[in-house]
Amino acid sequence: MPNIAKLESGSYYLLQGNEAIARGALEAGVQYSAAYPGTPSTEILTTLASVAKETGIHAEWSSNEKVATEAALAAAYAGLRTISSMKNAGLNVAMDTLQHINLATLGDQKGAMLVVVADDPQSHASGDEEDTRWVAQMANAPLMEPSSFQEAYEMTKYLFDLSEEFNIFCWLRDYTRLAHSRGRVQVGEYKKATKKPKYDRSKVFTPYIAPPKHAILVEKMAKIRERFEESRFNAYEGPENPELLIICCGSGAPCSRDAVEDLKLQDKVGILKLGTLWPFPSRLVVSHIKKAKKVLIVEEVDPYVETHTKAAVADAKLADAADILGRGSGHISYVGENNPDRVIAALGSIFGLKYEARDADYEKKINDIAKPMTASRGLIWCPGCPHRASYYALGNAIKRDGRNAVVTSDIGCYTMDIFPDGPQVANTLHCMGGGVGEACGFGQLAALGFDQPVIGICGDSTFFHASIPPLVNAIYNRANMTIIVLDNAITAMTGFQPHAGSGRTATQEATPTVDAESLCRSLGCRVEVEDPFDTKATATKIQELLKDDNGVKVLFLRRKCELLRQRQEKKHPYKVWVDTEKCKGDKCGFCYRILQCPGIGYDKTTGKAKIQEALCAECGLCADLCPSKAIMKEERA
Amino acid sequence: MAISADPLNLVICGVGGQGNILLSGVVGGAYLKKGYYATIGETFGAAQRGGAVFSAVRVSKKREYGPLIPDGQAHLILGLEPIETMRLLQKYGNPNVVCVTNMYPVIPASVSANKESYPDIEDLKKAITDLSSKAYFIDATSIALELNAPIAMNIIMAGALLGTKQIDLTPEDITNELRESMPPDRLALNLTALERGMKAIA
Repeated sequence: MPNIAKLESGSYYLLQGNEAIARGALEAGVQYSAAYPGTPSTEILTTLASVAKETGIHAEWSSNEKVATEAALAAAYAGLRTISSMKNAGLNVAMDTLQHINLATLGDQKGAMLVVVADDPQSHASGDEEDTRWVAQMANAPLMEPSSFQEAYEMTKYLFDLSEEFNIFCWLRDYTRLAHSRGRVQVGEYKKATKKPKYDRSKVFTPYIAPPKHAILVEKMAKIRERFEESRFNAYEGPENPELLIICCGSGAPCSRDAVEDLKLQDKVGILKLGTLWPFPSRLVVSHIKKAKKVLIVEEVDPYVETHTKAAVADAKLADAADILGRGSGHISYVGENNPDRVIAALGSIFGLKYEARDADYEKKINDIAKPMTASRGLIWCPGCPHRASYYALGNAIKRDGRNAVVTSDIGCYTMDIFPDGPQVANTLHCMGGGVGEACGFGQLAALGFDQPVIGICGDSTFFHASIPPLVNAIYNRANMTIIVLDNAITAMTGFQPHAGSGRTATQEATPTVDAESLCRSLGCRVEVEDPFDTKATATKIQELLKDDNGVKVLFLRRKCELLRQRQEKKHPYKVWVDTEKCKGDKCGFCYRILQCPGIGYDKTTGKAKIQEALCAECGLCADLCPSKAIMKEERA
Repeated sequence: MAISADPLNLVICGVGGQGNILLSGVVGGAYLKKGYYATIGETFGAAQRGGAVFSAVRVSKKREYGPLIPDGQAHLILGLEPIETMRLLQKYGNPNVVCVTNMYPVIPASVSANKESYPDIEDLKKAITDLSSKAYFIDATSIALELNAPIAMNIIMAGALLGTKQIDLTPEDITNELRESMPPDRLALNLTALERGMKAIA
């Protein structure tokens, strides 16, 4: 990754969408940035934090997205340009704050605030395909969606100016195929921002009393709508009177261009790419629809543009209005992300064209030869991961306890437990903090006759993010439950971001460590700590806690993320090998079937277990647990 | 002779943790510096280590292409693992595709667990050859282990890609990118890796 503060004005760079947004924010004079890590939004803050010292900006990993947004809002009240970035699910956490801001305004110090929300169509790294654009409309925030890396950078700068001018926060919709793809960006000039924050104590900013403030906001949005009708971020390419008009936004634009090119429909199909999505540029859209015979909407995930387009056409009372095709008509699926083939299929169906990606012979070879050869590669924990040991011990403890303990889980690398290749110990899994929250409910059902033990799981970062309120609730309402904190010392899943318990800030400075263990003790919980690699002691402790009916118990299973350990220590702890004399191979299969460690597998030629040298972390877990003592380990000097 | 196509669609595939992202950035960055539009599509972030991952590198003189390649339209597949080449051939392969594959298997959990099987290496070579116009094979992981640096396998594959002379990039183009994308203390090793990869194919 290039140093984002040292790019030369006028030059081209290969930037990730998130880096383009970070660079745009720097050029716009951002001085305060806050976020909680969440794929695919994480790199916006990572990038800003990486240049925080040299640029003098503030960059923080906040405890959660709501806190990040409130911190960023405060900095805007103090007159700074601020950014809060989050993933789709993070928005749900931040929403209570966001919903109020534009009624209250950003104060009187000429601050500006940009909120970037990264959606994840296709749920590459999310629990759902939430389309957050509706929410921008609900919060009355001007919304833009970039269709290229250059636009991501330019819209970021534009929205900071718009935010300051109208004194409301603005919204940039990011999405996986932009956030985590890379493309060409020509950057402009960056000058260090040096505005000194201050607040006029005589002023009050709040949404109360809402209706008159709402009226002012409605007027502002009407003015912005006029601006958006003329915006340079909306553009048409194609014939004057197209047979089909594609109206698209975001990733829909490059996919539509590909599809039109592949089907050689350039003379028949025009593409109206929208960048301004709220307020919706209805007049612009209608003016193009008037010239077309049919309309196809290409967007992701929900029919947001489609709904607004249909409303605009209805308002315009067009005679013989073109048919508007898309999700409603069944031409494009409601489910999943855009890709060129999806648009090719829709165009093929509209124009009655037959398109085959490749000939039947090749397709047959793929089906006959390639498919049977391609074993699936599900997601599973890294070799050496502490979660493998934790879940093994937990599964054993639940079996031995024998009372069908219910396990409510949470979001982190340990989520892979419920994936097809995981051990599938957990019973429910929803969102950040949901593990402890749901355990609160199960833990209070005893009075109604529920007789199963209850275990709520969270990670260390998840503990600080959203597990403390349900922990307090559990104590207050006398829930009987065990919380297991899988403490691997880092926010591992999103790429090793520090958190309140790490003793380091986003900019790698030393900071007080918030001690989750002491916090739980101070609340009156029974607190225990184990190393999950001692699977026997861990399982025994869990069994003991399940039998303890005295309220809330918290067990910290503490061991550093193996990837983090490797980064810091740069060597394996043991030398590990298989004694093929002792190994019972497929008659046993404990290491590769039960533990499912990618570092060891079944070897067809010998019929025994074999270390996968390129992968094995030599953590020694399989050596400790091998029923035949056939896996040997020797400490490295 | 280098593949002549605009856009040029390269697929770089492998297993999470093999260095796919660095490799696609090096190749895409080298094209960008030569005045091309370059777009790289990939997904990462949710503990993809051990999972199948791929990058799509799309290069053009005409315009900026999106990060996703239409089905059946890859010109070259650079596979860091043999069944990953097979997997991506299924989606992007066509009779004209060129494949460059590291033949060192990374056994999936499903195979380790003996629930599915991993094909014989010779059968894999035959199938990849059968499904492409030209297929190159290299044991890049073994070379990396010889260099005592399993992590440098991706750069050995960059060397292999250059060795095929199927793309319009020179060793200098790649070397310049490496210089920019890694700390100086790791450069020498990676330049050796690049060299070894080139020699293994040429």
